[in-house]
Amino acid sequence: MSNQNNKSIYERIGGEASVNAAVDIFYRKVLNDHRINRFFDNVDMETQVAKQKAFLTMAFGGPNSYTGEDMRKGHAQLVKAGLNDSHFDAVVENLGATLIELNVPQDIINEIVVICETTRNDVLGK
Amino acid sequence: MESNLNGSTMTRLTINEHIYYCVPNETVLEVLLREDVKISYACKKGTCHSCMVRSLDNAPPEAAQVGLRDTLKKHNHFLACLCYPEQDMAIKLPDQSEFYTQGSVVANEMLNRNTLLLIIAFRDAFEFTAGQFVNLQRADGLTRSYSIANTPQESNTLEFHIRRLPNGKFSEWLHDEVRIGDSIAVSEARGHCFYLPERSQQGLLLVGTGTGLAPLAGILTDALAHGHAGPIYLFHGSREIEDLYRIDEMRLLSEQYKNFYYIPCLSGDKVPEGFSKGRVDEVSLALFSDLKGWRIFLCGHPDMVNKMKKMTFLKGAASADIYADAFLLTPT
Repeated sequence: MSNQNNKSIYERIGGEASVNAAVDIFYRKVLNDHRINRFFDNVDMETQVAKQKAFLTMAFGGPNSYTGEDMRKGHAQLVKAGLNDSHFDAVVENLGATLIELNVPQDIINEIVVICETTRNDVLGK
Repeated sequence: MESNLNGSTMTRLTINEHIYYCVPNETVLEVLLREDVKISYACKKGTCHSCMVRSLDNAPPEAAQVGLRDTLKKHNHFLACLCYPEQDMAIKLPDQSEFYTQGSVVANEMLNRNTLLLIIAFRDAFEFTAGQFVNLQRADGLTRSYSIANTPQESNTLEFHIRRLPNGKFSEWLHDEVRIGDSIAVSEARGHCFYLPERSQQGLLLVGTGTGLAPLAGILTDALAHGHAGPIYLFHGSREIEDLYRIDEMRLLSEQYKNFYYIPCLSGDKVPEGFSKGRVDEVSLALFSDLKGWRIFLCGHPDMVNKMKKMTFLKGAASADIYADAFLLTPT
């Protein structure tokens, strides 16, 4: 995905540095969000932060992204535990709030939300 | 660097005296798999960290260290799947059998009713960073990990604090049978929970239970020796006072260094003057509402470590600034 200047979202948002800036803010929001934090109850924080970095890299249009199959497998247990559209929406909402906090321009936020949307069916095993 | 017949350079990887050649545009992981070297891997994209290896000499390219925490980067760990070598490297694989050095016991005395002070001396200087751990190995091969309590300034010796565990095969042996002069095999030092001498004004929060004091004492001494100027808080907790140790030494240290604060915590009913009542996580978290900008070291009971990792993060500490060493018990 790119704009007329042919620079990818990942480049425009600032690449790996933007992922590092966003991950803590994003993950704190997730852990504080009662709609979804139960899905993170028994996970090791370090491992989870690494996964969140991978997710953000994907969402920002970055390299070495998750595949649809990765998403499906990775969330299968959570889907069994009740993961649904409302939870997916909550995660995207927290990501949006993180990007606003980081003063990312709205047009880039919109493009990132579009990328997230492309993963909904894989994440939810639909 | 070697040249092949076409004149382009190949880099050389040395693993345990075997030499492997990387052609251009080949990652370390690709070379090792091509050569049938046993190495764990999974995602091949730098996310899972299964293929993490370490260079023993030349630093790996920065691109191969993306996503690793700073202490691992400092010790030249890198991800084989992300590494296009730029220089020759001598590499250590995690799956490799460990190299052990023989040391001899020079001290073994009780620090409290269940904790043994064990000091092992070596002929040559032992390489480690304060806060790391080693494997101690008995002659019959029984092996356990223990954190190092001293700093490399006290050369040629390693200090350990060994808690006697009920039915603990190794700790019982160390407590009951090992004598001064006995020989024990010691592996190379490992671990990413140590002090990096940077951001010397940063607040340091050290929280430990029981023998978690061992690595924290090393880290604390290391920080002070590097002139760390920011506030350093050490919370050491146990149920009863009889299970704490080095209380007087820590109080003395807090008198000598104005930026060091020692808060011993007791979670049981008997809490004498000079001790805080409660579990070490409760007491420390009550004292800090905002940990943004702090560096956190957590050592000891896995429940405390896991809870504190999450809580300090939620109170604003950066995930990259939280260093944890949970003491997991080996089932007997």
